[in-house]
Amino acid sequence: MKGIPISALLGLFFTVLYFAAAILAPWIAPYGMSEIVGDVWEPASTQFWLGTDNLGRDLLTRLIYGGRNTIFVASMATALSFSLGAILGFSAAVYGGWVDQALARFNDLVMSIPTLIFALVVLSVMPVTLTVLILVMGLLDSTRVFRLSRAVAVDINVMDYVEAARLRGEGQRWVIFREILPNALSPLVAELGLRFIFAILFISTLSFLGLGIQPPEADWGGIVKENREGIVYGIPAALWPAVAIVTLSISVNLVADWVLNRTTSLKGGRGA
Amino acid sequence: MPDPLLTINNLRIEATIYAPGEKPRDAMIVDDVSLTLEKGKVLGLIGESGAGKSTIGLSALAYGRGGIRLTGGTITLNGREIRLADAATLRSLRGREVTYVAQSAAAAFNPAKKLMEQVTEATLHHGLVSKSEAEARAVELFRTLSLPDPETFGDRYPHQVSGGQLQRAMTAMALCPHPDLVIFDEPTTALDVTTQIDVLAAIKSAITRTGVAAMYITHDLAVVAQVSDDIMVLRNGQMVECGSVQRIIEDPREEYTQALISVRRIDHKEKKPTDTPLMTVENISARYGAMGVDVLSDVSVELYPGQTLALVGESGSGKSTMARVITGLLPPRVGQITFDGKPLPGALKDRSREELRQLQMIYQMADVAMNPRQTVATIIGRPLEFYFGLRGRERDKRVQELLDAIELGEGFADRYPAELSGGQKQRVCIARALAAKPKMIICDEVTSALDPLVADGILKLLLNLQAREGVAYLFITHDIATVRAIADSIAVMYQGKVQRYGVKSTVLAPPFDDYTDLLLSSVPEMELGWLERVLEHRKMESAGN
Repeated sequence: MKGIPISALLGLFFTVLYFAAAILAPWIAPYGMSEIVGDVWEPASTQFWLGTDNLGRDLLTRLIYGGRNTIFVASMATALSFSLGAILGFSAAVYGGWVDQALARFNDLVMSIPTLIFALVVLSVMPVTLTVLILVMGLLDSTRVFRLSRAVAVDINVMDYVEAARLRGEGQRWVIFREILPNALSPLVAELGLRFIFAILFISTLSFLGLGIQPPEADWGGIVKENREGIVYGIPAALWPAVAIVTLSISVNLVADWVLNRTTSLKGGRGA
Repeated sequence: MPDPLLTINNLRIEATIYAPGEKPRDAMIVDDVSLTLEKGKVLGLIGESGAGKSTIGLSALAYGRGGIRLTGGTITLNGREIRLADAATLRSLRGREVTYVAQSAAAAFNPAKKLMEQVTEATLHHGLVSKSEAEARAVELFRTLSLPDPETFGDRYPHQVSGGQLQRAMTAMALCPHPDLVIFDEPTTALDVTTQIDVLAAIKSAITRTGVAAMYITHDLAVVAQVSDDIMVLRNGQMVECGSVQRIIEDPREEYTQALISVRRIDHKEKKPTDTPLMTVENISARYGAMGVDVLSDVSVELYPGQTLALVGESGSGKSTMARVITGLLPPRVGQITFDGKPLPGALKDRSREELRQLQMIYQMADVAMNPRQTVATIIGRPLEFYFGLRGRERDKRVQELLDAIELGEGFADRYPAELSGGQKQRVCIARALAAKPKMIICDEVTSALDPLVADGILKLLLNLQAREGVAYLFITHDIATVRAIADSIAVMYQGKVQRYGVKSTVLAPPFDDYTDLLLSSVPEMELGWLERVLEHRKMESAGN
């Protein structure tokens, strides 16, 4: 752990904390997820650390389970958007010609439709399950990743070492995964941090609008939605998920920054 | 003796190095260098890259580039100490008493402004003369520097003039405020030899006519010998030797200086062509895209097994296009390449793996020719895996053999390219090419980006490898000295055509055609008065015509 800057340590701590809480939810949550344990909107006490929600469920428990859903969906969607976007983007750059044109123009077409509206339309006609949510978010987000990776790969594709690999007779797979990918990693990692956060915001927005994760399952956007009326009466229940979203966003980006610094070092990511 | 213009005493320059994976540390860039420069004299600073010559040049402006700190010693200009001077003092002397000519004029000019505005900018900024007077000065300088249409030259934009003209315009910019001292930082390095000689002559006559003092920074001893009065040889931030041009050239005392002077004197006897050529290029014409102009037209050359064919010419002559055609990156429009007795398919994708293996390539910039995220073992090992299916220990053993062959030895296999010096990088690229056991290697300006001594080592290595492995080289270069050192036959290229072709002894011997004569006579030679002699000779010839 030596040589890690304090900001990265802080980010790492919170990121690990949130992910651990998400994974271990059933063991660490004080109550059951949809168990009604007290009165409506009870204030924080030793019994309910963050108080209770609009139905009298323990808010901390809801937050932990909500984080589990939110983080899971966001991670899967980000993973999907990255693998799809990066592979298609690199391929477009490497093959060039009409393959590139077809992929890039289709991508432009999809990007021209506002993401949220697109998602709302699709989700209103499809059954809202976790798989559908992940697919919709991942596919929509992959357009951004496609753009970035294509732009980065076009630059790398004209380097002499890529030409050397071509002259050797290497196939496109080697060129994409061994020559281009390692050199495109830095901007992609930076984008990964950002995209993950956007995915969290996106799923939270969808849930807030009622088209995301469905009750009684918890998720951060949903908790805000359920408790938003409480704000009028000075009940902070709706603010806690917001705090969670903010701290996770900042932490993940602090970690991404640090990884970025490491990978931009010329020595192939060996240095600190 | 009059007071010197510039005195530098025990100058020490340091910088903080942020090496990845290490703690930042201070490094000495220039260590205890002293020099004096009198009015109207020219001092040449010479050394390899990293010798600190540019840093010393800029210290005359009390300027340190990118985190460089002038930490010790004194810099006295016109009788006052400037190393610790405040910003206002420095502002008043920079661009007025001392001016600077950068290496790459193309990058140093603002493309959005006309030349006149930029040439007179410093003069007007310091309020030295009125606008019309400054412009009159500029026109006069354009004339001195023999720029075309001096009256209207200033109305052009930087992209409307050639590289050599731009470099001269920058010299005009430096001379316009009538400074006491001009720092020339490698002003001709990026130019072709035929252009370099004109720029050199222009700079020299401008220096003589204006009586300005100058520091001339370069890595080419032959160039500096033409313009300087004194030469200081630098290495690793320290002075090796300093003296008059004549003394340094004719009687170098230090071993390092002697090495610099004897560089490129490799004696290479040409081999006679054998019966069957390894590669025959017949009537090749090629063009890029749908452009209506042939970049190569009707080129025919032959390369014999185990020999070297040098393609010589200035930038834009089609040398590198030739390499692209032979490697299959640019299929020819017409013409045929025969390799090892069989016709070679024009396009890369139609060639078999065996055909690809026989023909390898080494690039000019070793930096970008190697994937920065692969270790040396991967870089050299991949062709072994790819062509011969070697894996594991067998592969590692062969990698080490290749590393030995390029004289690098143990401990290099696990390094990344960033952990190698320029010469070592180029050696690794050579090893990568050799790993395929090719019959022919295309060397595209492989020594141009290297310091002379390092380049010499690479050339010797290439010759040794040729003797041992019997590989043929197609050697692309603009440098005649390199050609002399390595070639068996030569093709001189000009505007996409082969101007002159044959074995080395006939190509480099008179009678010459006009272009070859111009090219050969433009190569600076390490002797005093060479520039004047060539110019005089040319003037007589053009008067005779």
